[in-house]
Amino acid sequence: MGERVPLTICDYDSVTGSVTIVTQQVGASSRKICALEEGDAFTDFAGPLGMPSDFIHEKEEVLQGKKYLFIAGGLGTAPVYPQVKYLHKKGAHVEVIIGAKTRNLVIMEEEMRQVAREVYVCTDDGSYGFKGLVTAKLKELMDSGHTYDQAVAIGPMIMMKFVTLTAKEYNLPLTVSLNTLMVDGTGMCGACRVTVGGQTKFACVDGPEFDAYQVDFDEAMRRQGMYKPQEQEADHKCNIGLRNG
Amino acid sequence: MVKANRVPVRGQDPAERVTNFNEVSYGYNSSEAVLEASRCIQCKNPRCVAGCPVSIQIPTFIKAILDGNMAQAATIIAADSSLPAICGRVCPQEVQCEGACILGIKHQPISIGKLERYVADWAKENQFSTAVKPKPNGKKVAIIGSGPAGLACATDLARAGCEVTIFEALHKPGGVLVYGIPEFRLPKEAVVEYEIGQLQKMGVKIECNVVVGRTVTIDQLFEKEGFHAVFIGTGAGLPKFLNIPGENFNGVVSANEFLTRSNLMAAYSPDSDTPIYVGRRVTVVGGGNVAMDAARTALRLGAEVTVVYRRTEKEMPARIEEVHHAKEEGVVFQLLSNPVAVLGNEKGWVTGLKCVRMELGEPDESGRRRPVEVAGSAFDIPCDVAIIALGTNSNPLLGRTTPGLEMNRHNGVVADENGLTSRPGVFAGGDVVTGAATVILAMGAGRKAAKSILEFLKI
Repeated sequence: MGERVPLTICDYDSVTGSVTIVTQQVGASSRKICALEEGDAFTDFAGPLGMPSDFIHEKEEVLQGKKYLFIAGGLGTAPVYPQVKYLHKKGAHVEVIIGAKTRNLVIMEEEMRQVAREVYVCTDDGSYGFKGLVTAKLKELMDSGHTYDQAVAIGPMIMMKFVTLTAKEYNLPLTVSLNTLMVDGTGMCGACRVTVGGQTKFACVDGPEFDAYQVDFDEAMRRQGMYKPQEQEADHKCNIGLRNG
Repeated sequence: MVKANRVPVRGQDPAERVTNFNEVSYGYNSSEAVLEASRCIQCKNPRCVAGCPVSIQIPTFIKAILDGNMAQAATIIAADSSLPAICGRVCPQEVQCEGACILGIKHQPISIGKLERYVADWAKENQFSTAVKPKPNGKKVAIIGSGPAGLACATDLARAGCEVTIFEALHKPGGVLVYGIPEFRLPKEAVVEYEIGQLQKMGVKIECNVVVGRTVTIDQLFEKEGFHAVFIGTGAGLPKFLNIPGENFNGVVSANEFLTRSNLMAAYSPDSDTPIYVGRRVTVVGGGNVAMDAARTALRLGAEVTVVYRRTEKEMPARIEEVHHAKEEGVVFQLLSNPVAVLGNEKGWVTGLKCVRMELGEPDESGRRRPVEVAGSAFDIPCDVAIIALGTNSNPLLGRTTPGLEMNRHNGVVADENGLTSRPGVFAGGDVVTGAATVILAMGAGRKAAKSILEFLKI
């Protein structure tokens, strides 16, 4: 028994009535999830939660003229995928930067290539694709004259913070998706509260997506580490098996 | 000759109980219950019944205890309340039935809550079930939320033969009874699960992990799932914060988060993965039952605990018994004190609360004297964790996803005293309508709405 864990739906199939989630083993709960075998089940699974992305409310003919850039960091590639898929289907022009530490941590590249106009893969160690951080790739794209109506960054908090700083140099409108701590996911506890535009918001019911330029990332990162000393995962390695669920 | 004093109830010694999460009060045994029942003077016009939000026939069930007819006592209570083991424990009897008891004018009122609990516990121990399975009437009703309002509404509808499904957003049914009220005040397995089980015996279905408004909407319940009426009993679950500087420092948590971690997610148990942090010193801000629950939970997790409240003990909304228990257990009260800032260190962790002294001025709209700041009285209370227990608002989700459902400015549902909302077929009651109140008032609202639903369905 533990807390609820917020996971992102990365794909769905309304015919079979299934959703796909992607998870990475980093703590006690995700270790249990990753230990499940085919045919095993969760005791409890609730959702979907939070507010839908803004572009859901846009008409198809508006989206057809729009250029989007998604910036995905590590596991953040999973929640980026359904958004790219949706926008592609509506006729928008979508490009994606996928960043990972190293080659074997790049996920969903093939699926992404099916729905994105361009996919730029970056690895920190240069073992695959562009060598360097997603921010360097973003800079390169912007400096070489690419333009976008809207960018969306999903990944570790620190990555989203630096993408925000970089995007600001180019006045690129940017949305981020905050992966805060959550206990119940329905607005009951306030563990996920973040300061956005000077106001306290709950990532679980008001978010998870917010205007990047309004988010207090330093506070958000600090709050994310609140239970770290308790989680007794001192020697965990982020170099981890990945699994489609 | 009336016996002036009530039969005292036995309980765990304060020094012992702060080391465990077992129930504080043991309740009456049979001879104590009979002795207490013998104090009732069986008023012709019982004021206690009028004081009970669900109008339990109190003198009649007390008479049955005295006569040794426990099955009858249980049946009498069951006619008006589906959760007697819970209400006997958590109702504010001192302002309801017991507050109205005529003996209370000169002597101590009858200990009605303890007698109700005794009857309910007897029924459980003796497997005496008052659950009946009535003839189906062919009507389907959806109940949103499995807290006290939803459970009470479901009981009356099931008794009338409706096919009732309760949808619960969390993974265990019970609402605040499970996530909010701690084990030492309301045992979860022995009491809450048992009473909900009685409801399921009557054919009520409970579906957990369904967030109505997201997993399914109210419109879909009507159009796709064939429900004929919907009751909203989603409570008031969104915590309020102080809106003072430093509130987002690590270590500042809502009472909801703290209690949910401990109760629902079982952080108090060593078998759970759920982290909870109390540090050495905890400060709880607020003076209601939730503040007392948080304070006493923190105490049991090993912290020194201070409660900060801006008025005096007399104005505290918490039940007298809870404040009394908290004091016995060693909770320190800083009254007439109001936090103005949360203090923190360079790592972003809370280190204390900056407070100011208050004094009571003129009465405000609630009739309580308004606290006014004493100039130049600032002082600091050091702490490792600050728990904010200032009340709750409703979740905006159903308002956002249900066209035509009128909401108030606190995100509550607008409903009349019979539970009718602006949408035909949609009813509401409990905290989602009134704002945060008590278990029994929510149950009363659930029952009234059930009556309206039966009228709407022409049953």
